[in-house]
Amino acid sequence: MTTKRRLLLPSASEALMAYKEHRLIFKNIDAPGYTRDLTCYQKHGGYEILKKGLAMGGPAIREEVKKSQLRGRGGAGFPTGTKWGFIDPAKVTKPIYLICNADESEPGTFKDRQIIYKDPHQLIEGMILSCFANGVKLAYLYIRCEFTEGWRILETALAEAKGAGFLGKNILNSGYDLEIHVHRGAGAYICGEETGLIESLEGKRAYPRIKPPYFPAVLGLYMCPTIVNNVETLCHVKHIIEMGGEAYAKIGRPNNTGTRLICVSGDVVRPGYYEFPCGALTLGELIQHVCGGIRNGNRLKAVIPGGSSAKVLKAGEVYKIKEAGVDGKLVEKEVKLEDLRLDFDTLAAAGSMAGSGGVIVMDHTRDMVECLANISTFYAHESCGQCTPCREGVLWLKKILSRIAEGHGRDDDPSLLKEVADRIAGRTICAFGEAASWPVQSFLGKFRDEFAQRIRRNGNAAKKDFVSLTH
Amino acid sequence: MNCCEKHPMNPWNHDVAKDEKDLVDVQVDGVWMQMPRGLNVVEVAHRAKKFIPHYCYHPKLSVVGNCRMCLFEMGTPKMGPDRKPILGADGKPEIAWMPRPQIGCATNITPGMGIRTDSALVKDCRNGVMEFLLINHPLDCPICDQAGECKLQEYSVEYGTGASRFVENKVKKPKNVDLGERIVLDDERCILCSRCIRFSSEVMKDDVLGFVNRGSHSTLTAYPGKSFDNAYSLNTADICPVGALTSKDFRFQMRVWFLKETKSLCASCGTGCNITIGSREGKVHRLTPRENESVNSQWMCDFGRLNFHDLESKNRLDRPLLKAAGQQFPATWTNAIQRAADTLKKVKPDEIAVVASGRLTNEELFVLKRLLGELGVTRVDTVMNPGQADNFLRSGDGNPNSRGAELLGLSSGGRKLGAWGGEIASGKIKALLVLGGEDLVAAGIPADSLAKLEVLIFSGILSNATSQLAQVVLPGAAFAEKTGSMVNVHGRLQRMTRAIPAPGEAREDWMILRDLRIALTGGNSLHSVEDVWKSMAGEVAQFSGLSWAKIGDLGIQLESAPKIREEVSA
Repeated sequence: MTTKRRLLLPSASEALMAYKEHRLIFKNIDAPGYTRDLTCYQKHGGYEILKKGLAMGGPAIREEVKKSQLRGRGGAGFPTGTKWGFIDPAKVTKPIYLICNADESEPGTFKDRQIIYKDPHQLIEGMILSCFANGVKLAYLYIRCEFTEGWRILETALAEAKGAGFLGKNILNSGYDLEIHVHRGAGAYICGEETGLIESLEGKRAYPRIKPPYFPAVLGLYMCPTIVNNVETLCHVKHIIEMGGEAYAKIGRPNNTGTRLICVSGDVVRPGYYEFPCGALTLGELIQHVCGGIRNGNRLKAVIPGGSSAKVLKAGEVYKIKEAGVDGKLVEKEVKLEDLRLDFDTLAAAGSMAGSGGVIVMDHTRDMVECLANISTFYAHESCGQCTPCREGVLWLKKILSRIAEGHGRDDDPSLLKEVADRIAGRTICAFGEAASWPVQSFLGKFRDEFAQRIRRNGNAAKKDFVSLTH
Repeated sequence: MNCCEKHPMNPWNHDVAKDEKDLVDVQVDGVWMQMPRGLNVVEVAHRAKKFIPHYCYHPKLSVVGNCRMCLFEMGTPKMGPDRKPILGADGKPEIAWMPRPQIGCATNITPGMGIRTDSALVKDCRNGVMEFLLINHPLDCPICDQAGECKLQEYSVEYGTGASRFVENKVKKPKNVDLGERIVLDDERCILCSRCIRFSSEVMKDDVLGFVNRGSHSTLTAYPGKSFDNAYSLNTADICPVGALTSKDFRFQMRVWFLKETKSLCASCGTGCNITIGSREGKVHRLTPRENESVNSQWMCDFGRLNFHDLESKNRLDRPLLKAAGQQFPATWTNAIQRAADTLKKVKPDEIAVVASGRLTNEELFVLKRLLGELGVTRVDTVMNPGQADNFLRSGDGNPNSRGAELLGLSSGGRKLGAWGGEIASGKIKALLVLGGEDLVAAGIPADSLAKLEVLIFSGILSNATSQLAQVVLPGAAFAEKTGSMVNVHGRLQRMTRAIPAPGEAREDWMILRDLRIALTGGNSLHSVEDVWKSMAGEVAQFSGLSWAKIGDLGIQLESAPKIREEVSA
């Protein structure tokens, strides 16, 4: 279906076939009668894969994960097998830590919480397998503090798992010991950045660390080798072990394997969370067929495909994307926004990113100035303040945007916004600088008219209001 | 010992190469050169006579990389298919430049690295950081104490735009925050470089400073209920690149560009921290540490730093005094020296005792030694002034030049002095010459014993119980008012330089002793303090072959005394 050009009006049956979810992680979630307790989980085959994994041994698990070509689901899409490959448990003398990043805070993203709230044992099983594979004896589950109920659920589930012998000393008589502690954040977006998370876990301010070292695998928690994986990623490990790496790699597309949890929010008829094979679906299919189209019969205006920090895509845009043809050669194709495949490589080629899987849909009634001001307000609030460009620049962006939105825009504001954003991106300690700048760069790049219009509408009189006396 | 394991003077020494001979090829702004492996790019640029501006980076503190001012363009050698660098026409590796700028402080050089310190990208980075740092800054240079030595000012001129595009309201933060006994904080000026936090926690092991709040509202503060007043707190005012942390003692006293800077020594204890004296029109306004890795690195204690106010004490002796009818009256130098000589001539040499002082310079002590030799006086010692050793810089010896006095044979470490009280009472000692302003009453010789002396001559800078009993008071010069040399407790010979003249008619002590010598023995061949040094170098084995030029600004380690750096690394 992916290679065939989509018909303008697919028949009902084809639509049903094409847009049926492929649920691995969400298999039991929201299923009638499914509860989050251990008994129910085990009734559905829970912890059987753990037994299989323990029998396989660590190196075999790592091999399967490598074969699966699984890419991290936290946002950057870094290959999990490679990340694990930085550490050789046989050679490392220090303790190795694994941290599950459950600080899901990217606006537009609400997938991990479904797992935590509705199927916590799936995460725990995936975590135990990953820990076992990498020789980890102590793991942390870093959960954002706003998930109060989720924290209690995880504590309960961990106690259940421990009571049943899946955690603690000598797990299932394998001789393998593992403890998992839940650690709650204190309400900062930056704690989702892996080195910020590590600092926070160590009891410090969540200031992301400078690079080098480039990966926590070298020097992570307590200066020991550390693996930080997203909730969804760790769950995928369980399914990779269940079906084998090669079989898993057949789901989705080359280099974009497995299924992907997609969170759709915004102006669609049926927003929500879905699970599809990577790249099995185009953006248009997702919006039109899975989510029931734009609500109120409105027209599509823009989509942010990977959480609020991803660059916005504008309706009507055409992208030049290189794709492997039948003979394996790269062919450049023109692809419309609606025909963009929802996978890592395609969205990156379109100048945005798959990010954390949070698709935000905006219809033609949306005011882009307001949207961007809203996004920038979030980032200005969340900048940790460690390094200069982000600390000062992001609040500046927010102040300019709020001023424009309030009707006091100045003619040179759009170019000033762009220049400020350009001077943040790529010059900060962590990727927050990009996360805060990309929306500004892309909104201004694609909807500059709207900003200019808003400023003109408010008239030149506004200029006089804001002449600062301090300069 | 100067430093112990608990308090290494510098946990980091980014400006010191592990091995100066282990060199790698790097290209700095198009020029290939060899630099020691492991140095960071800021230091490499510095050695290459280039400058990479920076705020948060400090060679003696950990690297945090938060100011982003040291962004530079980095390149690595282009690799061929054989994994070997591709060589250009000049035989040097071709460089592949990275699109993203890197921070110089956290990047250590590797073989074949390319460094651009002034490309268009680098300039734009610096320009951007400068603009960001200034948008919420109060721009209150006219009333800021840092003006004139402020990195924000300096880099604004070099790398800024001159005008701001910021028209929003600035972030408001606390001002005039009383951080501790000696430090005031202006949070609006703070650029959050965290140097003070790192100094306090890494060097002083006093983890009392930190940031609160987030983003642009981040604020430097002391831990609730704690105050920032460790014994070295004022060093943070030095390393603060802006006017956020200022010294309560110095603030609003003098614009720094008016200060004359004189390289000298702190005389408050036996460590002999190297300092810069900031003075103007005969008044010392501040002391700041001067870098010397063998002594004090870049630090000094608050006690020593503030211990110059005695120079202007109301107890300062600024003209010679002679006692008549039980009262001291001002006199001319001629009369005072004559009177001192006359009274000393009346007693036998073995009835004279001399309190030399560990506060005097080697030169002064040497003139004294000559005088005593010519007179045949052998009863000489120094007063021990205990200091408060703190396992960091402050020494247990409160005298700055005890080692010099010992070396010149003018001290027995206070052992002889102990018997003098009795000898004065029994009449064995009839005359006492007290130098260096020592207070013998405080040193244990009762005032009524001193009152029995036939002759009591006192020289010093402040009046005290001993000076008040003296028949002749000869006003001397304080450390900032004289030139000479001293030997610190670790055996390092260092130079002290006069910054201001002594007040009133007070004189440098070597001149007082010279004049006394002329009056007593008639002998003199010493016309300047340099002459004194030359004569001394000819006579004292440890100083032989040394000149002031050879001692230099950083001093020389005398043989048979362990070097501090070795002690630190041991």
